[in-house]
Amino acid sequence: MQYALLIYTKPGTVESLSPAEREALTTDYYALRDEPGILAGAGLQPVTTATTIRLADGQPLVTDGPFADTKEVFGGYYLYEADNLDQAIEMASRIPALRIGGTIEVRPLLGKAS
Amino acid sequence: MLAALVGFLGDFELAEESAAEAFAAAAQRWPSEGTPSSPVAWLVTTARNRAIDRIRRDRVLAAKLRLLAATLPESAEADVDETEIPDERLELIFTCCHPALAPEAQVALTLRAVAGLATEDIARAFLISGETMKRRLTRAKTKIRDAGIPFSVPAADRLPARLAVVLAVIYLIFNQGYSAPGEAGHLATEAIRLGRVLARLLPEQPEPQGLLALMLLHDARREARLSGSDGQDIVLLADQDRTLWNWRQIREARTILDRSGPSRGQYLIQAAIASLQAADPIDWRQVAALYGELADLTGSPVVRLNSAVAVAEADGPAAALVIVDALDLTSYPYWHSTRAELLRRLGRTDEARAAYRDALALTGTEPERRFLQRRIAEG
Repeated sequence: MQYALLIYTKPGTVESLSPAEREALTTDYYALRDEPGILAGAGLQPVTTATTIRLADGQPLVTDGPFADTKEVFGGYYLYEADNLDQAIEMASRIPALRIGGTIEVRPLLGKAS
Repeated sequence: MLAALVGFLGDFELAEESAAEAFAAAAQRWPSEGTPSSPVAWLVTTARNRAIDRIRRDRVLAAKLRLLAATLPESAEADVDETEIPDERLELIFTCCHPALAPEAQVALTLRAVAGLATEDIARAFLISGETMKRRLTRAKTKIRDAGIPFSVPAADRLPARLAVVLAVIYLIFNQGYSAPGEAGHLATEAIRLGRVLARLLPEQPEPQGLLALMLLHDARREARLSGSDGQDIVLLADQDRTLWNWRQIREARTILDRSGPSRGQYLIQAAIASLQAADPIDWRQVAALYGELADLTGSPVVRLNSAVAVAEADGPAAALVIVDALDLTSYPYWHSTRAELLRRLGRTDEARAAYRDALALTGTEPERRFLQRRIAEG
């Protein structure tokens, strides 16, 4: 089964780290990319760079944001191939975001019938 | 039987449906053809075959069928040795109590799949409609399937944390039956049965033994703890008629406690306390020490409150009141009622009555309300 390991962090937590701490975090994120079963992964730029699009009267309406000062925002993901949820939880527990107060949401991907 | 089927088929829904079909087939055939030599094996084999028929009908699952058929003997519905069916109840218990399921779903699934209770019956015990319970069970089974919750016993390094969830679920079932007799009363018996299964399947783990002993001890006092014409009046431990206690259960629990090793978790400590409380006279100093050990282990202010009750018996109400007043539990009814009781014993009647009123304002169940009203009236 494939699982998306969705990473949520509070805005500003990474920015408040020392350069050395930030580097260690980045190293750990990249190390996970090389783990067997990790198919893909990416980190997103801060939520301040986000643009939202919705339809208004059938036309795309583009706005700045969303800005969430205190709420956790989506910051990146890994795509992980695992036998079951326990394995996915095991991998998710190693994601560095947890160390800085973030949370990981584990969601199975919609799959073709197997 | 259901455990063996879920383990084999890897699908809850399919296992339940095929089990039901196997029972129906048994009802039809056993009376005319005679009961097979191994009824359970017959049922499991029949259910497996029915499940395969279903899968066969479902062409999308053709690949799965090939896997299943490869592992099956040719003979259909033949008698097989019952010992060949692996006992997979432990896997089933850990699946039902997986932390990725909501606690109420864990409880409902355990009662449905492990204890074998009817959905309607579980719904009544938890005071919700049958429809709601059915939806809750369906949602949980769907999550097990779609999120890939495994049918397995966790690895050794994860076992303590996962076992804690299982124990909490069983104890919650017990307490639902214990605190609300009537509709839910039989849940206490079911929980003890589940506790026995778990203790037998995990003989090396101390805490399942502790939970079993604890439930046996509490349940032993079931007949004595409520009285009155409608059985809704609480009788305090000291006033209970000990001839109504189930001494066979108390002896069984004490045998378990005597066998237990030096490493004690929260359930074994609680069981040891309950065992002391069944003695006459009660060694309150020992009870207070055990509550202290439990409070240190759990960091729970509620447990600290209980230790104060034991201290009151061992060293008097004044020493206990010091402990109680240091706790921040003002939203907890038992904090108020414990304070009230201590104040009453110290002769501080007005303060006691006020504290009983505070407790009453926070209390939900009828037996507890009546008890407090009686205390206020007695002054």
